[in-house]
Amino acid sequence: MFDLNTLWFVLIAVLFIGFFVLEGFDYGVGILLPWLGKTDAERRRIINTIGPVWDGNEVWVITAGGAMFAAFPQWYATLFSGFYLALLLMLAALIVRAVGFEFRSKDRSPAWRTTWDALIFFGSLVPALLWGVALGNLLVGVPIDQTMTFTGGFLDLLGPYELIAGLATLSAFTVHGGIFLHLKSDEPIRGRALRAIKLIGPVATVFIVLFGVTTYLWTDAFTRLGVDPGLTPIVAVGCMLAAGALVHRERMGWAFVMTSVALAASVITIFMSLYPRVMVSSLNPDWTLTIYNAASTPYTLRIMSIVALVFVPIVLIYQGWTYWVFRHRITADTHLEY
Amino acid sequence: MDALMLARWQFGITTVYHFFFVPLTLGLGWVVALLQTAWYVTGRDVYKRLTKFWGKLFLINFAMGVATGIVQEFQFGMNWSEYSRFMGDIFGAPLAIEALLAFFLESTFLGVWIFGWDRLPKKVHLAAIWLAAIGANLSAYWILVANSFMQQPVGYVLGQGRAEMNDFWALITNPHVFVQFPHVITGAMATAAFFMLGISAWQLKRTITGEERDAFRISFRIGAIYGLVATVAVMVVGHGQAQYMMKVQPMKMAAAEALWETEDPAPMSLFTWGNEPERRDVWAVKVPGMLSFLAYNRFDGAVPGIKALQAEYERTYGPGDYVPPVKWTYWTFRVMVGAGMVMALLALLATWQVWRQRIEGSRWLLGLLVPAIALPYLANSTGWIFTEIGRQPWIVFGLQKTADAVSPNVSAAEVGFSLVVFTLLYGVLMVADIYLLQKFARAGTMGSVSVEGSEQPGVAPVGA
Ligand code: HDD
Ligand code: HEM
Ligand code: HEM
Repeated sequence: MFDLNTLWFVLIAVLFIGFFVLEGFDYGVGILLPWLGKTDAERRRIINTIGPVWDGNEVWVITAGGAMFAAFPQWYATLFSGFYLALLLMLAALIVRAVGFEFRSKDRSPAWRTTWDALIFFGSLVPALLWGVALGNLLVGVPIDQTMTFTGGFLDLLGPYELIAGLATLSAFTVHGGIFLHLKSDEPIRGRALRAIKLIGPVATVFIVLFGVTTYLWTDAFTRLGVDPGLTPIVAVGCMLAAGALVHRERMGWAFVMTSVALAASVITIFMSLYPRVMVSSLNPDWTLTIYNAASTPYTLRIMSIVALVFVPIVLIYQGWTYWVFRHRITADTHLEY
Repeated sequence: MDALMLARWQFGITTVYHFFFVPLTLGLGWVVALLQTAWYVTGRDVYKRLTKFWGKLFLINFAMGVATGIVQEFQFGMNWSEYSRFMGDIFGAPLAIEALLAFFLESTFLGVWIFGWDRLPKKVHLAAIWLAAIGANLSAYWILVANSFMQQPVGYVLGQGRAEMNDFWALITNPHVFVQFPHVITGAMATAAFFMLGISAWQLKRTITGEERDAFRISFRIGAIYGLVATVAVMVVGHGQAQYMMKVQPMKMAAAEALWETEDPAPMSLFTWGNEPERRDVWAVKVPGMLSFLAYNRFDGAVPGIKALQAEYERTYGPGDYVPPVKWTYWTFRVMVGAGMVMALLALLATWQVWRQRIEGSRWLLGLLVPAIALPYLANSTGWIFTEIGRQPWIVFGLQKTADAVSPNVSAAEVGFSLVVFTLLYGVLMVADIYLLQKFARAGTMGSVSVEGSEQPGVAPVGA
């Protein structure tokens, strides 16, 4: 039962978990930036909390894209050509965001800085929303014909279910980022972060619950299961609630662990409900893409498995090390880089 | 224009744009690492200032490379879905490996480097910049493995409706990548060298004194020698690459020379005004025997012409037009080689001045070196346009045509829209990028440009 196709499905899920947990708080910090940073120096401090790590975090999604291409080329081809305009929007957002982080402090002019801050905000908001929309679409199904070609349009991607998924990731990332910021900064940013978390945390919890319920009601995920996600959706909701309780006691480290687990559990729920499918066809179940009809050859999967099993742990080790190096709070006395 | 043409334009524009930033990252990373090593070993302050100065420009450039790279990763699926389906089994592997092996390394350690100045032991901090430079150059290798497969497919069999990998080792030791990778890398080094030379020359032409003068003299020396070595290497390797191309893609060579008929000995064209539809010269200046020399290192030997190759390809692959756009290949090849020769001359002159210890002796040379920053960019772009257009009509040589590779479900309107969005966005970003580069290049190594927030007047920004 556990073959290489399944291994790669799991690996891609792992890459998405890494991406949601790590880049998730980067997006959150980017979204909170204009609201929590009142002065220029405060904004610089906010950016510096993720400064050393955001690019490394973004590589998780680049790798996920590469892994899809290598292991399931049909999935990559159908998804990326099908979601064309949505991806264009996402790419434009990611471009201005990446450039914004590097460029915003390199000129003193207030107009320059406000422009880049706004671009960082939108560049974080749009993907935070769209990633949820994208995952929702995989599960609820999109029009895919017998040649594995997506035949719908942009608006087909924006049903109520998908929007709920999008709002769930958007709000959850924002809370996740808020908690990260609270951990890594000092007053007055901390206090403002706390207020933001208390405001958005309940919203995120509601959307995650809503996502679980609508998945149950509106998709066939729970009726034609490959694997029963069992308790994982409950874990996701439970962790969000626990995070809320911990925030009220200002146990932020544990709250961060909880939102991380909640995000991971959400991704796991989606992938388990999908399995063994990768993209559901809303036209005909027989035209659905699965880990078998979308896959590369066993030879390629074998080669890629060896590469992944050797290098993913190495990456985890050195990325983990950087978090340890930069574990300190960014305070008003911290020397501000660039 | 139809969706296919628009998709090709979009791919060409976004990829050439990405490759504006990549070579400088590849070539300058080594210099920054070496400068920091010099600081680590000697403890001289000037090396620290130089590390930060060139490091700052390196980072501004790097940001653009990262931002435009994400587009690259996604657009095979977006615009070339049929290509992705047909080639994914082979082509996806190097791409995924590139991300896993190279991008993680590069982006993680560059983050460590930028923010680690006061936090890390010096040795660890030095290791970070070396790892980032190695990561960048590793990434070039893997992406070129992917591209080399498109130029010369190896290690595959044709399976059910797609090409399937059957020999990974053959894929990553494709003989094509062993001529392509050195040429791209040395071209990148030349890019970094001329970037350094141009900025140092501009600084030295102003009346700077004291420590600042020392700093830019050092930079000039490094740039001159690095530039000479790299430019000579890129030409030598390029010559080897041309010979290799004769073997695997003779049509590209024939198109590069607008050689309609097979000739022995074959002349090399200096200037041809041709009639492409009728496949004949209108007016041309040629050096006899030179093309044979380029191809075989001797002044005779038959070089097959376009018409003969077209006939041969029709026999092999069936009816169709197998001639790439000759005007494009002919002129891009000439611009690249021409730029390379001018660069070699300039690097030689600069090295000569260094040798005579008269760097500021010739103001016109200093003046010339500033616009010469554009030369490697010209050579890099035309080189790639030549390589990719010369492969047409194939997207993967002999296996799939570009026309069959495009996404069938993406309309011309959609591609047209994204083409406009990318072009405008990239245009605006280029202005911001150049603005920052020139601002920090002018500021020099003493940090006369301060960028910290106005509320923190006392704190000197790192690297400014
Ligand atoms: C600074 C950059 C630079 C300079 C000075 C040159 N090139 Fe180049 N050339 C490139 C940068 C480049 C490139 C952008 O890196 C390309 C594109 C694809 C590739 O492999 O390298 C390239 C491609 C390329 C190709 C096409 C290979 C193929 O399609 O398979 C040939 C034959 C040459 N070059 C030959 C030369 C020669 C004979 C040069 C002598 C002056 C030269 N190049 C100078
Ligand atoms: C970074 C340097 C590169 C540049 C500047 C470049 C440039 C171009 C250009 C100008 C085209 C358009 C050709 C045409 O319209 O006829 C093209 C096509 C293409 N190139 Fe490259 N290329 C580069 C590297 C690569 C690499 C490394 C790959 C593969 C990994 C690649 C894959 C493709 C593909 C898939 C096309 C399809 C469209 C077509 O052939 O028209 N390119 N490239
Ligand atoms: C010969 C052609 C290419 C070379 C040598 C090259 C090399 C590089 C390098 C060195 C970087 C680091 C950033 C920078 O350079 O400023 C980079 C970034 C990137 N490149 Fe390219 N690239 C090429 C073409 C492509 C293509 C065709 C793709 C598509 C798969 C691609 C995907 C990416 C991605 C996703 C990034 C961002 C990585 C990050 O976030 O750190 N590149 N590339």
